[in-house]
Amino acid sequence: MSALPDPLRLHRCMLLIRAFEEQVRRLAAAGLVPGLVHLCTGQEAVAAGAIVQLGPEDRIASHHRGHGHCLARGADPRRLMAEILGRAPGLSGGRGGSMHVYDAASGNLGTNGIVGGAVPLATGAALAAQRQGSGGIAVAFFGDGALNQGLVSECMNMAAVWRLPVLFLCEHNGYGEFTASADVTAGPSLLARGAVFGMPAEEVDGMDALAVQQAVAGAAARARGGEGPSFLLCHTWRFSGHHAGDRQDYKDDEETRRWRARDPIPRLAAHLRATGLADDPALAAMEAKAERIAADAAAFARAAPEPEPAALHQHLFA
Amino acid sequence: MRTLSYREAVIEALAGEMRRDPSVVLMGEDIGAAGGVFRQTAGLFDEFGAARVIDTPISEAGAFGIAVGASMCGLRPVFEVMFGDFITLVMDPLVNQAAKLSYMSAGGFSAPLVLRTTMGVGSNLGPQHSQSLHAWACHVPGLKVALPASPADAKGLFASAIRDPNPVVIFEDRMLYTLRGPVPEGEHLVPLGSAALRRAGRDATVVATGRMVAHALDAADRLAGEGLEIEVIDPRSLVPLDLEALVASVRRTHRVLVVDGGARRYGAAAEIAAELAESAFDWLDAPVRRLAAEDVPIPISRTLEPLVQPDAARIAAAVHALVAG
Ligand SMILES: Cc1ncc(C[n+]2csc(CCOP(=O)(O)OP(=O)(O)O)c2C)c(N)n1
Ligand SMILES: [Mg+2]
Repeated sequence: MSALPDPLRLHRCMLLIRAFEEQVRRLAAAGLVPGLVHLCTGQEAVAAGAIVQLGPEDRIASHHRGHGHCLARGADPRRLMAEILGRAPGLSGGRGGSMHVYDAASGNLGTNGIVGGAVPLATGAALAAQRQGSGGIAVAFFGDGALNQGLVSECMNMAAVWRLPVLFLCEHNGYGEFTASADVTAGPSLLARGAVFGMPAEEVDGMDALAVQQAVAGAAARARGGEGPSFLLCHTWRFSGHHAGDRQDYKDDEETRRWRARDPIPRLAAHLRATGLADDPALAAMEAKAERIAADAAAFARAAPEPEPAALHQHLFA
Repeated sequence: MRTLSYREAVIEALAGEMRRDPSVVLMGEDIGAAGGVFRQTAGLFDEFGAARVIDTPISEAGAFGIAVGASMCGLRPVFEVMFGDFITLVMDPLVNQAAKLSYMSAGGFSAPLVLRTTMGVGSNLGPQHSQSLHAWACHVPGLKVALPASPADAKGLFASAIRDPNPVVIFEDRMLYTLRGPVPEGEHLVPLGSAALRRAGRDATVVATGRMVAHALDAADRLAGEGLEIEVIDPRSLVPLDLEALVASVRRTHRVLVVDGGARRYGAAAEIAAELAESAFDWLDAPVRRLAAEDVPIPISRTLEPLVQPDAARIAAAVHALVAG
């Protein structure tokens, strides 16, 4: 892949996700996105920081707020955007949409419309990797809401019993839809949700791409070394609310101000400047490039044809 | 031909496929060293070991979801749900993930796995251990569904299901496990979507599924004594359904009764009857009839349980009504 040092790759990836989501927001506002769409703006550092550590033999499984994971993993932005608009050249032929993007070519077992539904898929990918001796690992991305699904705890238990090479990566953004996580989640420590199964559990600043990268690097090394699963609780925040167009009346201004100030993109930019990895013109050029790619994806998707009616019955069975 | 029990035939199919294809793994509760609560995996742990005969915790939803994920990445799991009633617990990974996977990913992924489970009345196991929920699986686009009725078909349908690139659900009637019959040695495949003519006759067709096949054959013996010759057809898989073979039989006999062990309302018998009414109307001399389980949970009482599902006597009575009509 890239010969650039990791921090620049991370930054490029986050910029692309941010620019892509902005295009999705505009398309949704223009009424071009069928159904609801969930943006991951604000959570870019988690997707970028985690996925930059993975290789081609690894697998990810994502969730309803998953465009960032798909892009970080290498999905073609044009085909991803076309899928979000339900168009024929989309990654799923326009029948899946934002919550059902699959990309076998990049080892992506899909975004998912079932909260918690992708966690067993990643765990199963880890079982397959272990039984096949492929050396691969799997990352299950899920939200704080999914942490209350029994299925997720079941998977953590089995992954620990079988020492599966899987990372349980919770993107804790404080809300499930319009309900604060704290109002529906018991216990003094969410880390205990992983620790209780005897796996390493770590709290991570999900607004710091380098911190995510470091935590994932450690967990991935353990998984590859046969030491089994880890639980990473990444604290982050949804800048755009639950879905594109969410008015977010349930958040207070002080909370918004506090989290906006922790935006992962300027934060990594400051690091790049301070370490001499990039100067302002270089950063501006990276941003402009990301915007070009995202605008091109949006233009491609808008111009893309709808599926043919005959596609209705295709691929029901393999 | 040598004979095997239905249970032995399934084990032979599993062992054969596991020898042929190292990606086939078994998952379920107590299926390892214990050999299964119905001895339905006996001996497999000894031959293939814990890496391929995987005892899961009692976490059906998570464990089956893991099987789905593994099937997306090169394994071919045969996942066992001990009692058919418990498929309620695996419904989300089955219905929302496995069944829709090929469609949602435009063929990018599929879930080549087998979900096997048991069902049926006759052992007084009560309301939460006896129900026949195969019609549920049939109602979900993207799933294939088979109900082997004989030892040879058990072997052949299992082998085909394991090789199929799609999720296949196999329902085994526990009362059939001890049924003996001839089973071909070596590779034996029964394709999904091919019905079997179990008995030829001219007066009426009985389409029967799973254990109802044995009851229908009993009924046919009784009716033959009265001079009524009925044809018995076993669809073997409900999805895909070999409608052509069923229609061909109706063209010969002009009367048809559909018998299924699941609840009657919105059940498998209802669907097959509707297909025949639409496709074979011109050859019918009487309305299509169906006979299925009563629309009640399965009671445990030794008096009440036998009243739930069709049996040979009820099938014979229904045929009488059919030929009189
Ligand atoms: C099984 C299931 N229940 C409910 C929903 C509706 N729903 C969609 S997203 C969501 C909130 C999920 O919260 P979380 O896991 O924290 O992810 P976030 O949206 O915060 O990224 C809910 C309840 C669903 N899609 N699936
Ligand atoms: Mg959340």
